[in-house]
Amino acid sequence: MTATTGSHPTRRLILQGAASVALLGLGNLPFAPARAAANDKYPEEAFKLKNEADAIKALYGRTAEPSEKVKLDAPEIAENGGVVPISVTTTLDKVTSISFLVAENPNALAASYRIPDGTLPAIANRLKMAKTSNVTAIVEADGKLYSATKEVKVTVGGCGG
Amino acid sequence: MAIRRRDFLKSVGVAAVSAGLPRLARGAETASIYDLERFGNVRILHITDTHAQLNPVYFREPSVNIGIGEMAGRPPHLVGRAFLERFGIRPDSADAYAFTCFEFEKSAGRFGKLGGFAHLKTLIDRLRGDVGERNSLLVDGGDLWQGTGLANVMQGRDMVEVANLLGIEAMTGHWEFTYGEQVLRDNLERFKGEFLAQNVFLTEEAAFNDASAFDKASGRVFKPSTIKELGGHRVAIVGQAFPYVPIAHPKRFTPDWTFGIREEELQKHVDGLRASEKVDAVILLSHNGMDVDLKLASRVTGIDVILGGHTHDAVPQPMPVKNAGGTTLVTNAGSNGKFLGVLDLALDKGKVSDVRYHLLPVYSELLKPDPAMAELIGRLRAPYVTDWSEKIATPDRLLFRRDNFTGPVDELICTALRTELDAEIALSPGFRWGVTALSGQPLTMEDVLAETAITYPETYVQEMLGADIKNVLEDICDNLFNADPYYQQGGDMVRAGGLSYTCNPTNAAGSRISELKLNGGKTLNASHRYKVAGWASVNGQQGAPVWDVVAKYLRSGRMFQERLGTGVTLKGIDGNPGIAG
Repeated sequence: MTATTGSHPTRRLILQGAASVALLGLGNLPFAPARAAANDKYPEEAFKLKNEADAIKALYGRTAEPSEKVKLDAPEIAENGGVVPISVTTTLDKVTSISFLVAENPNALAASYRIPDGTLPAIANRLKMAKTSNVTAIVEADGKLYSATKEVKVTVGGCGG
Repeated sequence: MAIRRRDFLKSVGVAAVSAGLPRLARGAETASIYDLERFGNVRILHITDTHAQLNPVYFREPSVNIGIGEMAGRPPHLVGRAFLERFGIRPDSADAYAFTCFEFEKSAGRFGKLGGFAHLKTLIDRLRGDVGERNSLLVDGGDLWQGTGLANVMQGRDMVEVANLLGIEAMTGHWEFTYGEQVLRDNLERFKGEFLAQNVFLTEEAAFNDASAFDKASGRVFKPSTIKELGGHRVAIVGQAFPYVPIAHPKRFTPDWTFGIREEELQKHVDGLRASEKVDAVILLSHNGMDVDLKLASRVTGIDVILGGHTHDAVPQPMPVKNAGGTTLVTNAGSNGKFLGVLDLALDKGKVSDVRYHLLPVYSELLKPDPAMAELIGRLRAPYVTDWSEKIATPDRLLFRRDNFTGPVDELICTALRTELDAEIALSPGFRWGVTALSGQPLTMEDVLAETAITYPETYVQEMLGADIKNVLEDICDNLFNADPYYQQGGDMVRAGGLSYTCNPTNAAGSRISELKLNGGKTLNASHRYKVAGWASVNGQQGAPVWDVVAKYLRSGRMFQERLGTGVTLKGIDGNPGIAG
């Protein structure tokens, strides 16, 4: 059984760090990091909210519509609830951000990434899940919000045939 | 696609009855049920979930195998009479005995044991000989290396030798993984066939650390598929290992590997076989379980036939499933060596034009054991057989395991755990392997091991909150009855000793279990702590192996003196043909 913690300050720092590294890695776009950083105010309030809908609203100020163009890859049953590999890719144009929400976690918003101009919109990360929950990926593209949702089961395991 | 009605389903029973024989007569020459009409140009033979049962066994099929949602009443979720009616099997026939629980005890004396690798070898050689070696293939769907004391102490090496002599050319796995990576790889070194698994990948950490893999670019640990030239055609066999190995078993056995159904990777791979390799047929050798295979067949295109296992369902006819690319046939070939799946394909360039499928019961009394295999089995068993042949108890009732919620074998294990470890409640895993023992026939240590032999047999005693006990039951119940088969793991409900409850399988996850009561009728209190004994924990435990605990209890002679404390009341499934009337 996976232990659960109430909040995840460390993970957030790591995620922020990872995003920065990714941006700095774009050596052929010398202005991108500075510009992104300027817009990239840490959405502290959104990360504090319990509820998924509230977090989306706090982050984006509107709601998302489900889209087949958002491809969410997540396991049906997590092998380890502590590190669930979840990734998203999209064929949408002009993607500016991608966010991940775990509805049943103590705080629904798990991660949010700014996608600089000219970057392939593909994010793979590992999320900590308290229990079985819907996982939603939000893609912000051309000023609109699109989403995909999949249930990921977190189980105590054992007793296979 | 035409599925020929299996007329011989009736004929065995008719022959045995009309000749007035008390038992089936031994002798391969009389066994005309194994004279299959020639069809097509390629024959694929399939065994699965034999669970290392080298000798013929009694194995009673389930009387409770409930399907809910769209799975309700759909094969494999039919038992007893409903099963017989669905597949047109006469109730007094040998096949009724082989495929269902119908009048099992009465028929066991009449039709005898099924399976056994020496008998399988005779049958397989004959069916391959009928079509010619170059036109036939033998595949195994996994759970070949586990299920007996011998396989456990030899870590599956015995079964590799047997597989080589039997002529298995491709296999996939499930319990094979529970010996850990090193033993698995050592065994596969000796295995003359190929181990296939498209759905086992290195974890990111293992890939970063340059762990061993079949294909480093994709991270695939094993070869995903093989292409066989058969009857002048190219047939691709794709392996699908059990998708939930690190969840159903301790993660420590496979720390570097990650599993899953991996539908998209499978689709890509099948498309590649069709486009680049120009194969004429694609067969998925699957350990997904039947409900998962049926869903997968509706979503993944380009697979002609899924040869399925894991859920131990003996399904006489393939289920055709439509998808965007055409139709995929889904089979499941039973367990414990009781059955041999025979898939005859008529292949044309790039396609399967027609199919015949038979799931043949391996009636050990109709087949002469192959001498070479019998000799090998004798040699493998020799070092252990004396130690394990001591008679330790004689049951006063039929002992079987296979049912969704309970069975006398597990009631016995739970009683042994509670008695020997002094616990109020016992939990025992709902495995589907483990053979059936007839009433009045002595049990040996070998029999006890055949119900318990796993690589993590340690028992435990721990205090658990009533609320946590309920959560465990709910969690495992969802593995059986989630309306979406991709969220099921296979296996049956955890067995509870000293605890009764009500279950409504049609309810949502977390609210199926109610009215939990201790022996004596006291309600389980969510905030009280209870002493719980168990075994087969996914967490490391230190207690004595469960087989020693069970043997000690049996030796005490108390076997069935006390009333067994398991009672499950089912709700919400009136009229479900997954329960025998």
